[in-house]
Amino acid sequence: MANSSVVDFPKNFTKALNDPQLRHNLRSAMDTLGMRRRTLFSDPVSFEQLRATGDEIRQRALRQLPELLEKLEKKCTENGIQVHWAETPAEANQICLEIIQRHNAHRVIKGKSMVSEEMHLNHFLAEHDVEALETDLGEYIIQLDHETPSHIIVPAIHKNRDQIARLFHDKIPNTPYTEVVEELNAIARKVLREKFLAGEVGVSGVNFAVAETGTLCLVENEGNGRMCTTAPPVHIAVMGLEKVVERLDDVPPLLRLLTGSATGQLITTYFNMITSPRKAGEKDGPKEVHLVLLDNGRSKIWADPELRQTLKCIRCGACLNHCPVYTRLGGHAYGYVYPGPIGSILTPQIEGLVNAGAMATASTFCGACEEVCPVKIPITDILRRLRNESYQKVDTPHAVKGHGYKLSVIESLTWKGWALNNMMPWANALSAKLLGLLSAQLPRLPKVGLLKYWGQSRTLPKFAARSLHALAKEKGLRDE
Amino acid sequence: MNNARANILARLWTAISPDDLAPFESSVAGSALELSRTERVARLKQRMEAMHAEVVITSANGWIDALKATLRQRLLNGLLYAPDTALGKALAAVWDSDLPPLVGYTETIEQCKERLFAIDASITSTQGGLADVGALILWPDSDEPRLMSLAPALHIAVLDAAKIHDSLAQAIAHEHWREKMPTNILLISGPSKTADIELVLTFGVHGPKELIVLILDG
Repeated sequence: MANSSVVDFPKNFTKALNDPQLRHNLRSAMDTLGMRRRTLFSDPVSFEQLRATGDEIRQRALRQLPELLEKLEKKCTENGIQVHWAETPAEANQICLEIIQRHNAHRVIKGKSMVSEEMHLNHFLAEHDVEALETDLGEYIIQLDHETPSHIIVPAIHKNRDQIARLFHDKIPNTPYTEVVEELNAIARKVLREKFLAGEVGVSGVNFAVAETGTLCLVENEGNGRMCTTAPPVHIAVMGLEKVVERLDDVPPLLRLLTGSATGQLITTYFNMITSPRKAGEKDGPKEVHLVLLDNGRSKIWADPELRQTLKCIRCGACLNHCPVYTRLGGHAYGYVYPGPIGSILTPQIEGLVNAGAMATASTFCGACEEVCPVKIPITDILRRLRNESYQKVDTPHAVKGHGYKLSVIESLTWKGWALNNMMPWANALSAKLLGLLSAQLPRLPKVGLLKYWGQSRTLPKFAARSLHALAKEKGLRDE
Repeated sequence: MNNARANILARLWTAISPDDLAPFESSVAGSALELSRTERVARLKQRMEAMHAEVVITSANGWIDALKATLRQRLLNGLLYAPDTALGKALAAVWDSDLPPLVGYTETIEQCKERLFAIDASITSTQGGLADVGALILWPDSDEPRLMSLAPALHIAVLDAAKIHDSLAQAIAHEHWREKMPTNILLISGPSKTADIELVLTFGVHGPKELIVLILDG
């Protein structure tokens, strides 16, 4: 997948749309996830109340972000968790590598973490002779196939069982071909059990970090997250710095919103709250726990009150499941780590509009994402802001990186002409008349050049012989 | 690295607005669930069974017999237990030779990792339960380490009905968690599961394949 480079979005989505297998796999999965979520949150009144609570908790946490981060660091340190700060993914990777090398470790086992994807940690570690093995079943599947997650919750959802059966048969030694899901599951269990035994360092993400107690919370169903954070002698948790919450009391509503929105579950199999490394006398758990706080543009996003709302996200993936664009393309077409509506607002802010601004165009503005968002992120407002800033040089300190990148002289002149034309009644009347007269002779909409994407999916309207203004005048109506 | 910390915090503190510092009025009232003990037991049982846990309601006097009956139906190479807890001592006192042998978790993980991962079953106490979502609360400690509820394929948990809370929020408040957070707290709602292949739900992926909950009620 592309990283820090301009994504060829038209090419990607054409490819995705022409892949019937992908579209089928996605469609049935997204419909199921949506249905499960609706079943769980079946009472709109209590859901709205819960959502308001979630929104408030996240807003309150973000308002106090610098203070909470300092508090989290202080509490974690008191508890024996070592806190590290990284401005960029490169710095975060380096921090992880140094910890791993200090322990002479070469085998890292990983729980699912989107921030580690953002860091491209596995790739980086591989370059330094460290094997980082994904242990979440979905992540394991795509790692075997050298792919990236196509969804933030169900990372291998673009694949069906036949494709996974083939993959296991080809890539795991002595594995018979089977399409039975339980058997595929058992194969992965067996392989990964060995890896859990041999893992020297465990890496995980963080779902919520509680500032008042210095507690790292992890949500999962499989138990691999618990394995990675319990069996090896060292645990490294990587976290986007926006994931902090103020109080322990903030956790229950967010947990309910997260599991319900993500997979329609009341609660996951495991909720794992880690407050310290192994204490004297304890028999298991890591002897060292490290927390890596990654900024990667978040502090800049935070500075703008509107864009800051992006950081309320709890990564439930509901906006992906309900997006008419995502459900037809899947995650890979977006070309970056975070796909779907949340990816379309987050990524351009991190990577800049030049590289990822096209993602903001991947929306129909239907608003389904906002309707399901458990923390009420105004996704469409932010999309609109990104689209606007793509065409405008903005003179404010919080402008999105790359603002005005789509600015073109021809386009500006065209719109200026359009404005003038509409400000002068005579010009308007003349152009309406001309269009009416020439309607039959007008060429078809351009299929190449500047307007090709616009033109390809539209047909030219037939202009009336006489304009509405003219007709109104004739009827003696006031025409102003 | 120190630079990163200073830079990030400087950026945040510089950009903080007067609005951020103004008092934040909460407009949301929490809705509290209030259940009777009987309702709590019933709801926890129903929710956990829906997540494929096996829930047995028994009594303080009868639970060991219920446990023995369950174990006799299975072929197990051992039962990992905590010899120094009240629960462990109670088991050791009445253990029969035809049952899977009790294996104490007495060494550190570094000394016993492979043996630990090879044991079929384990039994642990619990700190409590959550009725609204159907989950156990575990506070692993030096006697009952964290892997006991994770490594074996069968996990048996003993739960005192009096310690089932209505909700997580209630458990946090009533037990004053924030003042005494232990190394690790776990909420467990069933056996390990995944739906990563075509969303087909399958149980026993990395953690236990089976979870049996013995609720001591009366």
